[in-house]
Amino acid sequence: MKFLQIAATTAAFGLTTTATFAETNITFWHAMGGQLGETVNQMAEDFNASQDDYKITPVYKGSYEETLTAGIASFRAGEHPNIIQVFDAGAATVIGAKGATIPVADLLADNGIDFDINDYITGVRYFYADSDDKMIGMPFNSSTPIMYYNIDALEKAGVTPPKTWEEFASVTAPALKEAGYIPLSQSHLPWIFTENFFSRHNLQFASNNNGYDSTDTKILIDNPAIKAHFTALSDWKEQGLFEWYGTGWGDNAKPFEEGQVAMWLGSSGSFGGLIQKDLGFEFSATMLPYWEAVTTEPTQTFIGGAALFAMSGKSAEENKATAEFFKFLTAPETQYFWHKETGYVPITTAAYEAAASDGHYERFPAAEVGIKQLTLPAGDHTKGYRMGFYVQIRDIMNREYGRILTGESDVDAAFKAIETEANALLARFAKTQG
Amino acid sequence: MKRAGFTTVWLPVALLLPQLMIIAIFFYWPAGWALQSSFYLQDPFGFGSTFVGVDNYTDLTNNGEYMRIAWFTVVYSALVTFFSLSIALLLAVKADNVIRGAKSYRTLLMWVYAIAPPVAGFLGILFFDQRNGPLTVFFQTFGWDFKLGVNYNSTATAMVMVAVWKQIPVNFIFFLSGLQSIPRAVREAAMIDNRSATGRFWQVTFPLLAPTAFFLLIINITYALFDTFGIIDALMKGEPGNNPMTLVYKVYLDGFRGNDLGGSSAQSVILMVLVLLLTVFQFRLIERRIHYT
Repeated sequence: MKFLQIAATTAAFGLTTTATFAETNITFWHAMGGQLGETVNQMAEDFNASQDDYKITPVYKGSYEETLTAGIASFRAGEHPNIIQVFDAGAATVIGAKGATIPVADLLADNGIDFDINDYITGVRYFYADSDDKMIGMPFNSSTPIMYYNIDALEKAGVTPPKTWEEFASVTAPALKEAGYIPLSQSHLPWIFTENFFSRHNLQFASNNNGYDSTDTKILIDNPAIKAHFTALSDWKEQGLFEWYGTGWGDNAKPFEEGQVAMWLGSSGSFGGLIQKDLGFEFSATMLPYWEAVTTEPTQTFIGGAALFAMSGKSAEENKATAEFFKFLTAPETQYFWHKETGYVPITTAAYEAAASDGHYERFPAAEVGIKQLTLPAGDHTKGYRMGFYVQIRDIMNREYGRILTGESDVDAAFKAIETEANALLARFAKTQG
Repeated sequence: MKRAGFTTVWLPVALLLPQLMIIAIFFYWPAGWALQSSFYLQDPFGFGSTFVGVDNYTDLTNNGEYMRIAWFTVVYSALVTFFSLSIALLLAVKADNVIRGAKSYRTLLMWVYAIAPPVAGFLGILFFDQRNGPLTVFFQTFGWDFKLGVNYNSTATAMVMVAVWKQIPVNFIFFLSGLQSIPRAVREAAMIDNRSATGRFWQVTFPLLAPTAFFLLIINITYALFDTFGIIDALMKGEPGNNPMTLVYKVYLDGFRGNDLGGSSAQSVILMVLVLLLTVFQFRLIERRIHYT
């Protein structure tokens, strides 16, 4: 009896699987936890419901670093997913491994889907492209650092959000301190105060066109402008105009959310989370300040966040499914949904226009700040950077910046250390590519 | 005395085989791979690989930061071993003297043993929370600007405290059973010779505990070196930053976060050598001088 039951169930199960066999299944590994993960699942469900030929399964693999490591390990074992989300710092690793992925430009063209890089907004276009400006990874959750501020706090102090760091130091911060606030915190020193610092001031970050043209690259971090910025930062910390709560993202965001810190530098992608949190005060956002002493014509920042890569070694049908999913993702409606739910910027001009014509930015002016900043005039050094072992280089920056801010090291010694260690890692990476 | 033996060679070999295979598959094979890849620089995805000789090792010795981490590991292991052994010994001696309610005391003291290292780490995060952690507040009342994840020394202190707290129960159990196995007659004889309890402890009880203490010393050093990984990982909250770390954690960071397989392999080979030396030290130098009863 028992045996018959089992046999029947197995047979029934077999039938259902054959019934749906015509469907092509693909997997998608990502690093979007919490609310973001639910939005990703929603988009996957929408894609599955929109047609009958393909079915995508999103799988959450932990942090960005963990997702990349899992992807690499699975690739070496031949068990890799069709799509993997790789973050900005991992770009050189995944793009350097030619043969691990199919360039998104080729994937779309081979599957008869129109692709024009000029459909994408300017700050998004080239970060995940190769040195010939061919798009390798498809920008997915694209964000850029912006400055959030507590409207109530600024009103109480009688100031407006600062445009430059000079204004912050002389007007905004002292007034906010007077009003009983800690004026400023930030959540990611390498991303906000290093990579985007170079981009915002159009300074060269690494040799060989910021590393895009060759792996034989040297980092150019020992630059007087950024050293002056960190000197100012540690002075501000001493004067109570800035606070640093460690390297963790959340530890620095929390005091802003609790209303102790008046202004916080975070990601444009933090917007969705902040809106849902019911903060107890009104907030808005403005562009990343710049130093007037360095430039009077600040340039655009580039995207952070992550991109989707189509992994190679899959059948033509599965690649077709991946291409169709990419097409679905870049559609203006999908992009607008993603943008509205999370705060990540819409990656195409069409999606941006869809959001604007729907009145999204009249309701939430802060949601537009990131896109405006990404579409500012470009410069020679604003397209991004491409450096290998960059995860470790960021860790070195975090370590040395932490030492500056806790008084363990001085600015000159710290930047010298970052330069030396980063260049040693870049030289090692160049050898792995040989 | 008659020696028991096997009639054929194959039976003992067959009986040993499963164990030998486990050692071969889970230790020698990966260790061999680690040794081999420590001489190469490899593309993470496995496409390119360059033989670099001992470069991975010389890069480490030339790296001031690696030396700093090695030094922290030594200090950290010494502190964790010293405090977890001494506190556990004190508790064991006191618990051994308790007559009424002895069982409940012992159970309460052993309780912590059941907590997994990452959970201990998360409890540490609660206790050392930057703003309202009870221990943070406690340290700050003494004027210490204690901030977990910000100041190097604060994070190091938290790591040592959590690791010690987690290890005390194991040491306690061993010390207590060690104490209870000291014959009653010996203690009573000592009582006549020496009226001072402290004197009796150091002259009679402690030497008799030496085998237990030595065994625990080795166990605690390996615990501090390797098994505190979960605690350190939890207390760092995913960002190494300017936090202190041990050599094992560095292996993990470079290999699994940074995807530098060659460099990470070289570091694990160094750790293997370290464990080898520790084992030699254990068997050659100390075991000879300690008498087991």
